[in-house]
Amino acid sequence: MSATTAVRRIRSPLFYRLQRYGVELASLAFGLVLVVWSVTPIYNMWKIALDSHEGIFGDSIFPEAPNLESFRVVVTQDFWYLERFWHQFGNSFTVGLSVTGLTLLIGSLASFTVGRMRLRNGWMLTNAALMTYVIPASFLAIPIYRIMQIYGLGNHLSSVILALTTFATPYAIFIFSQYGKSIPMELDESARIDGANPLQIYFRIYLPLMAPALVAVGTYALLLAWNEYLYNFLLLSTPQSMTVAVALAQFLNSDESPWNYMMATAIIYALPPIILYYGSRRYMAAGLTMGGVKG
Amino acid sequence: MSVTQQALAVGRGLAATRSRRHVLFGGLHGADYVWAIAFALPYAAIFLAFVIYPIAFGIWMGSDPALYDQLFSDPRYLTAVVNTLLYVGIGVNVKMFLAFMLSGFFIRKRWWIKALMVIFILPWATPALPAYMSIHWFLNGQWGMLNNILYALFAIDGPTYLNEHWSGLAANISAYIWKTLPFWTVILLAGRMAVPQELYEAAAVDGATGLRRFAHVTLPLMANLYLVCTLLDMVFALGDFNATYFVSGGGPAMSTEVLATLGIRYAFTIALPRLGVAAVMSALPLLIPLVILLMRKLRMSEGQL
Repeated sequence: MSATTAVRRIRSPLFYRLQRYGVELASLAFGLVLVVWSVTPIYNMWKIALDSHEGIFGDSIFPEAPNLESFRVVVTQDFWYLERFWHQFGNSFTVGLSVTGLTLLIGSLASFTVGRMRLRNGWMLTNAALMTYVIPASFLAIPIYRIMQIYGLGNHLSSVILALTTFATPYAIFIFSQYGKSIPMELDESARIDGANPLQIYFRIYLPLMAPALVAVGTYALLLAWNEYLYNFLLLSTPQSMTVAVALAQFLNSDESPWNYMMATAIIYALPPIILYYGSRRYMAAGLTMGGVKG
Repeated sequence: MSVTQQALAVGRGLAATRSRRHVLFGGLHGADYVWAIAFALPYAAIFLAFVIYPIAFGIWMGSDPALYDQLFSDPRYLTAVVNTLLYVGIGVNVKMFLAFMLSGFFIRKRWWIKALMVIFILPWATPALPAYMSIHWFLNGQWGMLNNILYALFAIDGPTYLNEHWSGLAANISAYIWKTLPFWTVILLAGRMAVPQELYEAAAVDGATGLRRFAHVTLPLMANLYLVCTLLDMVFALGDFNATYFVSGGGPAMSTEVLATLGIRYAFTIALPRLGVAAVMSALPLLIPLVILLMRKLRMSEGQL
């Protein structure tokens, strides 16, 4: 060690200042690379959406004559793939909000039982959740498709809602159990001495104190439901029942796809989750660092 | 890992609370027990109806040994197995390494690093479907932006990336890395931030800087988190459907399919649902050890869950 410090003393302060600037400059350059890497596909989306049909099939890097024509077509449902666009947008909202509500309800009830009431064999519930969490949803798609037919839910929004709730709830239980540990048991105990039953404790003490975790998990469930494709695609097939994700992928079926309309649809579809994500980033980050990890 | 230590500490505290509670209340009884069961019932119901039943149904669908003969004699299946192994092996490990390095980059305190983080997180905030569709068109050999850029810069005609097996697979893997890199960077960044500053100070007093500080403080404390993240992402990558389906579409000639997309393709394009289930079930020898390892790891680090 003394050898290195000896060497260091010989060098002039200017050397260190230059070294510092060098490092700073290199990391700025690296930052620029990261920006290009992150933004390019997003930029590509905008470029195509803003271009005319002819402009896409050129060799340009920037839109030649940027215009909002594609967005007008999508918003006014002026193309045959998009005839029911706003209805499908509504379907996506219905699915998203239902999955969020059900996930919060079922997840908080389950973690209340396990964490606060200490149900004997409650570990079975948490193990079940953990198992669901680590089984890829796409692996269960074929049997779930068949089962939904058996249940008579084929082509009905509720089939997607139930399937996605199943895959969102484990994360909810995970986060709620973690967060619940920070709420002192003494609160429950004193409420109980005052004669409150578990339902009252759940509504008056547990839920209000869990608010930050509820926001984090709610956002997660809403994003999961809105962004999911496979189950939407398999379970919903008519234009009346499908969600925006399925309608969007329909563009790929045709050879002479109007890619500018497709990208305009894609951008409109992507905006709500992006806004929601950036809006609730603080809560999401809190939820994620609590130990849960899910993409 | 400090999170584990925290969890252990919390666990000890809980044990004490629990025994005191037991003395006070004598566990659940009567009406309370009924309430507890009622609260647990909704989750138990959806778990049975949409996890256990499908698993049993799937095992029943894929139980015929003849299916596996049919599967192994299909060259597309064998290609898909190789693709899946490459997808999981390369996609996850390259990304985790990059995420680990990037978390070290993002932990430095500069105003512009915070701003950069907001942009860097964009791929993760964007839904998979539009992002992958955009990448698909971006890589189009004839009119895609990548080749336009190559032409503008170097006046060369780029290859048709998605019309060849290896470049198609590489495109899928890159797209998957692009989409999920920010997420794991944020997770590992949180892990780095949880390393107590005192340890670094102590190391500095002992004269450890740079690489030695990294090797003797950061690395040992992050190893467990890194492992859990890698295992978890392997499971996610194994089940990933969207990148392959939307970037290369499994083409050309189904040569870039992975097991998750091949199963769906068998079941819904060729109308052989049982073969589809068999294709997915053949991933179980890889999936089951991962799941068991993960369940142990996650339970260990979470105390009660």
